Amino acid sequence: MHPTTKWLFIIFMVFDATKPFAQTKVSGIVKDNHSRIIKGVTISIKGSYDGGASDSTGKFSFKCYDKGLQTIIVKSIGYKTVQQSIMLSGTPITINFSLHEEINELTAVTVTAGSFEAGDKKRAATVLNSLDVVTVGGANADITNALKTLPGAQQVGEQEGLFVRGGTGYETKQFIDGTMVANPYSASVPDIASRGRFSPFLFKGTVFSTGGYSAQYGQALSSAVILETIDLPESSQASASVSTVFVGAGLQELAKNKKSSWGINYGYTNLAFYFALVPQGPTYFHLPEFHSADANFRIKTKGGIIKYYTTFGASNIGIRRPNIDSFNLNNVYGIINYNWYNNLSWREYLGKGWHMNLGSSFSINTDKINLQIQNKLNQRVYTSISYIDSINTAITSYQNLSQVKAVFEKKLSGISAIRFGGEYWYGTAKSIVKDTNHLLTDNFASLFSEADIYLTNDLAAKVGVRGEYTSQVNQLNVAPRLSLAYKTGVHSQVSFAYGQFYQKPENSYYYYGNQNLGYVKATHYLLNYMRTTTLQTFRFEGFYKKYNNLIETPPTYQFDNRGSGYAQGLELFWRDKKSIQGLDYWVSYSYLDTKRQFDKYPSVITPTFAAKHTASLVVKRFFNQLNTGFNFTYNYASGRPYYYFQSTGNKYMIADEGTTKDYNTFGCSVNYLTKIKKSFVVLVGSVTNVFNSSNVYGYNYNHNGTYKQEINPPAPRFFFIGAFISWGVDKRQDAINNNL
Amino acid sequence: MKKVLVIASLLVATVVNAQSKFEDAMTKGLGQFKDAKTAADLTDVSSFFERVGDAEKTQWLPYYYAALSLYRSAWVDKSVDKDKVADKCKDFITKAQVIENNADLYCLVQQVAILQMMVDPMSRWQTYGAQAKGALTDAKKADSTNPRIYYLQGMTTFNTPAAYGGGKDFAKPMFQKSVDLFKTYVPKPYYPNWGKEDAEKMLEACK
Repeated sequence: MHPTTKWLFIIFMVFDATKPFAQTKVSGIVKDNHSRIIKGVTISIKGSYDGGASDSTGKFSFKCYDKGLQTIIVKSIGYKTVQQSIMLSGTPITINFSLHEEINELTAVTVTAGSFEAGDKKRAATVLNSLDVVTVGGANADITNALKTLPGAQQVGEQEGLFVRGGTGYETKQFIDGTMVANPYSASVPDIASRGRFSPFLFKGTVFSTGGYSAQYGQALSSAVILETIDLPESSQASASVSTVFVGAGLQELAKNKKSSWGINYGYTNLAFYFALVPQGPTYFHLPEFHSADANFRIKTKGGIIKYYTTFGASNIGIRRPNIDSFNLNNVYGIINYNWYNNLSWREYLGKGWHMNLGSSFSINTDKINLQIQNKLNQRVYTSISYIDSINTAITSYQNLSQVKAVFEKKLSGISAIRFGGEYWYGTAKSIVKDTNHLLTDNFASLFSEADIYLTNDLAAKVGVRGEYTSQVNQLNVAPRLSLAYKTGVHSQVSFAYGQFYQKPENSYYYYGNQNLGYVKATHYLLNYMRTTTLQTFRFEGFYKKYNNLIETPPTYQFDNRGSGYAQGLELFWRDKKSIQGLDYWVSYSYLDTKRQFDKYPSVITPTFAAKHTASLVVKRFFNQLNTGFNFTYNYASGRPYYYFQSTGNKYMIADEGTTKDYNTFGCSVNYLTKIKKSFVVLVGSVTNVFNSSNVYGYNYNHNGTYKQEINPPAPRFFFIGAFISWGVDKRQDAINNNL
Repeated sequence: MKKVLVIASLLVATVVNAQSKFEDAMTKGLGQFKDAKTAADLTDVSSFFERVGDAEKTQWLPYYYAALSLYRSAWVDKSVDKDKVADKCKDFITKAQVIENNADLYCLVQQVAILQMMVDPMSRWQTYGAQAKGALTDAKKADSTNPRIYYLQGMTTFNTPAAYGGGKDFAKPMFQKSVDLFKTYVPKPYYPNWGKEDAEKMLEACK
């Protein structure tokens, strides 16, 4: 052989050695452990390009050119990869695979009994984000009003607060970054609900839990509204707003390195102009006026963030209404309120699967309430009728509350985790009623621990326990909590929750002398079915709640813990963003059967804040071509009971009772987005109760119960027109200038 | 001497063979990618590139195309679960970025973020819009002369309503910059080479 030929031959041989001699056809089908077909699974021979992918029927088929003992790899995201030896000899092979789902936060079952969670962590159709809150027609960008369109919440309008599943407003607590908010609502006058203090844009996530919630939260018998504040803003911006009722301005500055930010806002609300245009039921001797200022800073740390938020509010309202016993007289109610709220939190990843959440808050609240009986000349008078004169009172109350809370979490194998922590509150409440001092001091401490246990991707349990002590009650309580969730299909699941909840009695009970009161208690049982896809949510929940040790307030002022009650019901929720392109709507319905004996109630009766049927329809549509969004909300509640309780010396009796007519309200709002020069402008117009339904929340009785008067909203409708302007939201123009 | 030559030629032959095997695969895969019409064609292409990537371990291009073709399949077949597709794409991108991090991979991160945003733009633009924006900033840091960055930036701007600061007028200079950069853009063999016609078409649409 010629040497060159020889070399060529060798080279040819080398090339040829890697060439196929024969091919083997490999085919089969891929399913998951529930025997459901999986498409798009990659099947390959290790170290080779040969392989295929499963089609929409789960089948795959490919030829491979390697020979001998090889490894076949079957993988798909979300499933555990399968590797198996395979003998390739030229004879066709049929091989089927069954893949097991990986335990994964995105696909795993979540414990949903009792809660409406928002946020895109799970990518499920979120229930309420900040944009949703501001676009609920007629809710006037108030978080509480928006939450009232979800099942479980009552349409109570004569006082602020969320009345959940037969519970009072006191039984619902709001938590910001883990710590409880002592005064979440602005100061209010009797029979008129006030707004929440916090802007929905402050929060990135909202969980509205109507029962069975985590051992991390306590001192709320019925419901927890868990709010998580936003991290760093996207960009620096300045903003201003002008409307029929308020003006405001703010600044938010994001550091150049995007590691920290700070911001300040100021708002002034005055209803003088609005009330001049729209007549109100009561007359005001001081038109509602609110100042609010807030500031924040946020600093990114190595594995987390430190956030501080503070808000200061001052308000002054004075209202005058005819006295119900004597039409020659007026009841005067004036309230001046100052509130300062601070929240500092630190969230950090400590490494090795450990997470830390520290929270602290401090708040001061001062109310100066002036109650008077005045004649028609607006002069304070004494009538020598004791039950009328007793209205002439001055109440000054000072409350402050300091809290610290620490939660540590350790991720275990998979996505299971254990969590434990504690909190400590120190609060004082001082009231001066007619020159008599009442001082309440409370030291409250709690310890809690819970575990998220994922047995499989389809079955999870959350087991927790919480122990609390408060010096005000001087008792220890231990509350177990348990929830289970089982995934019944790709998008559906069933959950169950059980929990015991304790709450200390309201401060006001202690103003009538030393009371020896214990905790009030509720036990929740919930069963929930939920089906969620990215754009649709269906939820059905049944619950039973048992109340024990509720506070009774007999006319003797010897209060006791002998009250009790129950609540049971069914709730439905359906949200759909899919069926009609661009249309987003949700429907909720709650059926509630509840009775309790507490407060003045002489027997087990349906409370005045519980309607049997409550329903809401919320519809939103944004038209891109018009840059305009239209939002409608309809709320319905069947009539609520009302009572007149008359003292019989040591007990009350029901002297009169009835049921109010049904409650209906239809609200709408329009928002138009536009750009004026460099500023981004949102124009908002909103009307509550468009059809002028006359709504009755309940009745006030005169002294002997012979005459009753409707409690109505202060005006049938509320109109709002405003412009929200911001600069620098969109830095695109700057980006263009810098980059081109 | 002969022995040395034999060994040397053997080594060269192996390397050349392996190299050409990869090149053959890339040529074959890119051919299929070009001809792909249906979503199933595109997922097949993706699966092919995934296998090449897994076998090669040191080449980022197969993962890039595995992600790109899968990403495109989600626009062809609108019924697919875009989040699932995005997760898989991100998995490929991460694998590629371990090997090499470059502007084209960041561009792909942006495209995938936009895909996820489109599932529910009203409630997702804050999260995914920010991700998309961040990815293009990273892409510019990696290579500010990559014309696809400005094409993608232009597309987002073009599709953003004027009220939010988007529209033709703002998008036009971006497409212009992309088209200008494409004039001198010479990709290495098998490197991403798409976007020129798209940018020209969009620039025309802005006029």
